[in-house]
Amino acid sequence: MNLNFSAIKIISSIISKLIVIVFFAAPAAHADWQLNMREGVTEISRAVYGLHMIIFWVCVVIAIIVFGVMFWSVVYHRKSRGAKAQNFHESIYVEIAWTVIPIFILVGMAIPATTTLKKMYDSTESDIDIQVTGYQWKWRYQYLNEGIDFFSSLATPKEQIYNQAEKTSNYLLEVDNPLVIPLGKKIRFLITANDVIHSWWVPDFAVKKDAIPGFINESWAIAEVPGIYRGQCAELCGKDHGFMPIVVEVKSQVDYDAWVIEQQQAQIAKAKSAEKRWTLDDLMHSGKQIYAKNCAACHQSSGEGIAGAFPALKGSPIVQGDPNEHINIVLNGKPGTAMQAFAEQLSAAELAAVITYERNAWGDSVGDIISPRQIVKFQQ
Amino acid sequence: MTPSTEQIVSKDIEDQAVQATGFEDHHGPAKGFSRWLYTTNHKDIGSMYLWFSLAMFMTGGCMALLVRLELFQPGLQFLEPEFFNQMTTMHGLIMVFGAVMPAFVGLANWMIPMMIGAPDMALPRLNNWSFWILPFAFSMMLMTLFMDGGGPNFGWTFYAPLSTTFAPPSVTFFIFAVHMMGISSIMGAINVIVTILNMRAPDMKMMKLPLFVWTWLITAFLLILVMPVLAGVVTMMLMDIHFGTSFFSAAGGGDPVLFQHIFWFFGHPEVYIMILPAFGIISEIIPTFSRKKLFGYSSMVYATSSIAFLSFIVWAHHMFTVGMPLAGELFFMFATMLIAVPTGVKVFNWVATMFRGSMTFETPMLFAIAFVVLFSIGGFSGLMLAIAPADYQYHDTYFVVAHFHYVLVPGSIFSIMAGVYYWLPKWTGNYYDEQMGKLHFWLSFIGINITFFPMHFVGLAGMPRRIPDYALQFADFNAISSVGAFIFGFSQLLFIYNVVCCIRKRNQASKQVWEGANGLEWTLPSPAPYHTFTTPPKVD
Amino acid sequence: MQTEYQKYYVPKQSYFPIVGSVALFCLAFGSGSILTATGGGADLGMMLLFVGVLLLLFIIISWFSTVAAESRQGLYSLQMDRSFRWGMGWFISSEVMFFAAFFGALFYIRVLAVPWLAGEGDKGVSHMLWEGFVNQWPLMTTPDPSLFKGPEKIVDPWHIPLLNTILLVTSSVTLTLAHRALKLNHRQWTSIWLALTVVLGITFLYFQVIEYHEAYTELGLTLASGVYGSTFFILTGFHGLHVTIGTLMLVCILVRVLEGEFSAEQHFGFEAVAWYWHFVDVVWVGLFIFVYIL
Ligand code: HEA
Ligand code: HEA
Ligand code: HEC
Ligand code: CUA
Ligand SMILES: [Cu+2]
Repeated sequence: MNLNFSAIKIISSIISKLIVIVFFAAPAAHADWQLNMREGVTEISRAVYGLHMIIFWVCVVIAIIVFGVMFWSVVYHRKSRGAKAQNFHESIYVEIAWTVIPIFILVGMAIPATTTLKKMYDSTESDIDIQVTGYQWKWRYQYLNEGIDFFSSLATPKEQIYNQAEKTSNYLLEVDNPLVIPLGKKIRFLITANDVIHSWWVPDFAVKKDAIPGFINESWAIAEVPGIYRGQCAELCGKDHGFMPIVVEVKSQVDYDAWVIEQQQAQIAKAKSAEKRWTLDDLMHSGKQIYAKNCAACHQSSGEGIAGAFPALKGSPIVQGDPNEHINIVLNGKPGTAMQAFAEQLSAAELAAVITYERNAWGDSVGDIISPRQIVKFQQ
Repeated sequence: MTPSTEQIVSKDIEDQAVQATGFEDHHGPAKGFSRWLYTTNHKDIGSMYLWFSLAMFMTGGCMALLVRLELFQPGLQFLEPEFFNQMTTMHGLIMVFGAVMPAFVGLANWMIPMMIGAPDMALPRLNNWSFWILPFAFSMMLMTLFMDGGGPNFGWTFYAPLSTTFAPPSVTFFIFAVHMMGISSIMGAINVIVTILNMRAPDMKMMKLPLFVWTWLITAFLLILVMPVLAGVVTMMLMDIHFGTSFFSAAGGGDPVLFQHIFWFFGHPEVYIMILPAFGIISEIIPTFSRKKLFGYSSMVYATSSIAFLSFIVWAHHMFTVGMPLAGELFFMFATMLIAVPTGVKVFNWVATMFRGSMTFETPMLFAIAFVVLFSIGGFSGLMLAIAPADYQYHDTYFVVAHFHYVLVPGSIFSIMAGVYYWLPKWTGNYYDEQMGKLHFWLSFIGINITFFPMHFVGLAGMPRRIPDYALQFADFNAISSVGAFIFGFSQLLFIYNVVCCIRKRNQASKQVWEGANGLEWTLPSPAPYHTFTTPPKVD
Repeated sequence: MQTEYQKYYVPKQSYFPIVGSVALFCLAFGSGSILTATGGGADLGMMLLFVGVLLLLFIIISWFSTVAAESRQGLYSLQMDRSFRWGMGWFISSEVMFFAAFFGALFYIRVLAVPWLAGEGDKGVSHMLWEGFVNQWPLMTTPDPSLFKGPEKIVDPWHIPLLNTILLVTSSVTLTLAHRALKLNHRQWTSIWLALTVVLGITFLYFQVIEYHEAYTELGLTLASGVYGSTFFILTGFHGLHVTIGTLMLVCILVRVLEGEFSAEQHFGFEAVAWYWHFVDVVWVGLFIFVYIL
């Protein structure tokens, strides 16, 4: 077994950084903060907010009574005030009372909770069905009837995360391609995952459903106010669990329809890009960006991977060997590992670029070009 | 119960046995390190458990401080995400299995035989084995941090498939470490049950048992019933990882959610394993310092039993968002809400005990009072979590983190500290420094609230748990939390200092120690002799 | 009231626990190294595993013989005897829960997971992901046959499993007869019945091995053939392991009976093994019904 003392390395780097932060810390950029749950923009989310507030106040009242009695005793029945201990230690009536009263309070709570829950479970009669799939670490949205299919991943640049650039206001809550839905329509979400369990959460809709690989969970929402709503993946899903936000844009029906057409056209344009002729430089250039966006999370931008978790691509026999094997693993992934199939995520041109990039970056240049045509051929 | 000092006359057949076999029973502690390695004495073993727990509390606590350090400001400054996840996971695992559980077993070892008038635990060698497995299990678990790919990074709940197919290779060692801890806990629990059922002094009827003993008896039942289930589920993980089975993989007909059901069938009773002995300790301390008998002794026993029973049928409240059928969701919501009733009975009984007592506020009592208040706050947020529709908003946010730290830190940890202060004079024969104890209490009390109260706010505002970096609107409260964590963490140094001084300095404690203390353990000299109650005391 | 109290025997210092812990550590660390082996790890692992097994055997044997010796020397009171009884009883309860976890998994998969994947019940939409998958048990075709190839045939419950059921039930009877004989102090009969029990246990294991061999070579039923294979082997496998341990323990008490140990009144060692054996037997009946027949 190889020991690697990363823990020690990290601890020593912490100490040095701590010194830096104590002396040079810039105050973090501020944004509005809030104390309570959001009311949200759906009927359900408001019902949930209501439940939350009722149970909260119930607890506050009980707390005041119970702690009130206790502190009263603490103040008045202390020995230093000359209090003498009484010797009662039982009372069947009192005990029955404080067993039965809480039961009634709880039943009172359970009734509205049950009603709301039942409503949440009724996902029938939807207008639009969207399949939501969690990937390590991005979301895929497939509009089942409109034929729209895209991935949505974090748009915040690395520099902001690593404190090399000012953090902007939607830090960590912004994506490249938001989910777009129309106002006032019942949207049914079919939530699943490709690798591990994720959880799709939009607080303003009070929708949080785990995305279970191999199973589909249903949820629904009718948004009543146009706007942009932000959420995050809510189930630990590995290294970048903190970096897979969800952004939903609620548009008016007209804007939504326009968006649908735009998307459908873009999808056609993308498919065409495979026919273009590409030079090594073109491929390396766009390959680098695609790599940074799709692969660097695991294999690292240095190509060195993370020992024990993600293999190094730099010097990897697959990357330096037979191009077909390389194409195969990128397109089809490796089932049962974190290496996902990219054939459905990237266009042929993008795939060609990223593979070419891998084969020629990091100083161990193989020198060959993988063209988009080759990819298309491989797919057939 | 005022036990008389006269003891039952015993016909000493042991002398003959000693001659016949060379086995000797009246030995004091052996010399040197072998005393600890080979011991069969419940007090020695109890002490080892407690020291071990303290070491783990420091380890797990330092990991928590690393987590808080990273979360002090938005952005990644100290820990890379993969290491952050390992810290969160190990923090949870070490605190739960390494700090809280062993501390309670340590207290049980020390106190149960003295409280029921037994000469020792029922199976002394097994007892030592239960302990010694732990350091080995935890060394193995900590070693994983230095292996390729790092240690466990999938949360202390290790949901499949993140913990199976997608786990670092070290998960195999983690699984075996869990097996070892399981063996240790099961043997420990068997020992506790047998001791309580079989070793009581003849007149120590069940309904006369001190509540600490009662709660531990019930805890031990929980342990025996759920630890094997944990062993079973990690075994299935092992099979999925190395032997090609598909329990948790839909492609083979299994289900990742199956893992969660089995895990929480263990996991929910587990959280009560971490609180029932705490209830017991508090039920000992409050009457002592109120100088009044515990209110509603028998309802306390019944309430504890009901909590234990209910704990087996509420596990899926951790899984409200997992997509259960509606009927299941409703059942688990109702059952969970019900737990508030027996727990409420306990809280009311404690308050009624203080009511019209004659109270003083030594350190154990301060911790106990803080326990009642802060545990209840944790319980209230638990009840909020139990409302399934609302849990859709709370689940996996810092609101949950706030909930369980309120029940665990000012709950379990405070009760352990209260218990240590309470019994320390009996163990060491010396009083600890009361002034320093109070200072420790107030710093802890303030630190804990600064740390965990703001977590309610960030949680409700939408901050998910287990993330190394967060959006800007959560920044202020996180900074506050981090400051609180360091206050709380460093004030524990006072505790350690106080305990060590108490062991070393002479400040002779009386037999009774506390004016209002009642029970067999207080009839023994302080410090309690190495062997106590070799013949059962008389109880009336 | 003054009663006679026989002192409770608190053993003096013992090195068994610490060595036992080292043994468990070696065992665990060794197995872990073998399973995750890269390079030299496997050799080291093998060595550790070997050391662990030896140490553990050594500790078990010396621990139990010490207990037996102490018992012979009359150090144990009746109270001590009760401690052992409670201890064994609760140990068996924990074993029951261990199996309960696996049975629970089996029921969950049969009643909920597989139907859902096949489009039935509350989460039937999941079928979208596994077109063509149908609900059946035993599961002959898994949702994704390219990853988990289902079995070709299944074990026929009315051959070896039935035979094994008869063997184990009979062995419970013979063991009870042995116990009866011991209580009546018919030591000859005790050993005969006990020996017969051992033979039945070994025969059971022999057939189990045959069954596994067939499953792997002829039926295509393996650990990796989807969740049917998984549940089948984990349940029967752990049961088989328990039968093996039980048989070894039976051999031990047989030897002790032959050496003239155990009196008609006091023979807890014997009873403990008997309880364990009956427990293993009951588990088998559960297996026979839920794994093989239904
Ligand atoms: C010591 C440990 C401990 C204790 C005692 C509890 C006690 C309770 N817990 Fe908690 N819980 C945890 C430890 C604990 N919990 C942990 C560790 C987790 C997270 C695990 C993870 O995901 O990592 C968790 C998570 C958790 C969840 C899942 C949240 C989520 O992930 O979405 C839920 C949901 O129902 C819950 C509920 C409860 C309830 C109802 C109680 C009740 O027992 C509380 C009862 C007490 C009171 C209610 C207060 C006193 C009562 C009165 C004064 C009487 C009157 C009151 C009323 C009638 C309202 N807990
Ligand atoms: C009994 C259990 C227990 C205890 C006592 C604690 C104690 C603390 N926990 Fe705990 N925590 C858990 C159980 C516990 N936790 C669990 C189960 C989880 C979930 C894990 C998961 O998500 O999988 C969790 C998760 C968790 C998180 C969420 C992490 C995340 O989601 O990413 C955070 C964040 O702030 C946190 C903080 C703290 C802090 C600051 C303390 C402090 O109270 C600790 C203070 C103690 C010390 C600091 C050590 C003692 C100090 C000394 C001896 C002095 C010497 C020290 C120095 C010189 C530094 N914990
Ligand atoms: C979520 C993590 C993850 C992402 C994102 C990812 N990979 Fe991988 N990749 C892996 C893992 C894990 C393996 C190892 C699989 C195995 O066990 O053989 C791997 C293996 C590979 C290999 C084979 C290397 C070897 O030597 O075995 C190549 C080539 C590769 N990935 C390319 C890519 C490309 C190109 C991208 C982006 C377009 C990418 N990966 C994105 C996790 C990832
Ligand atoms: Cu995806 Cu967390
Ligand atoms: Cu719970």
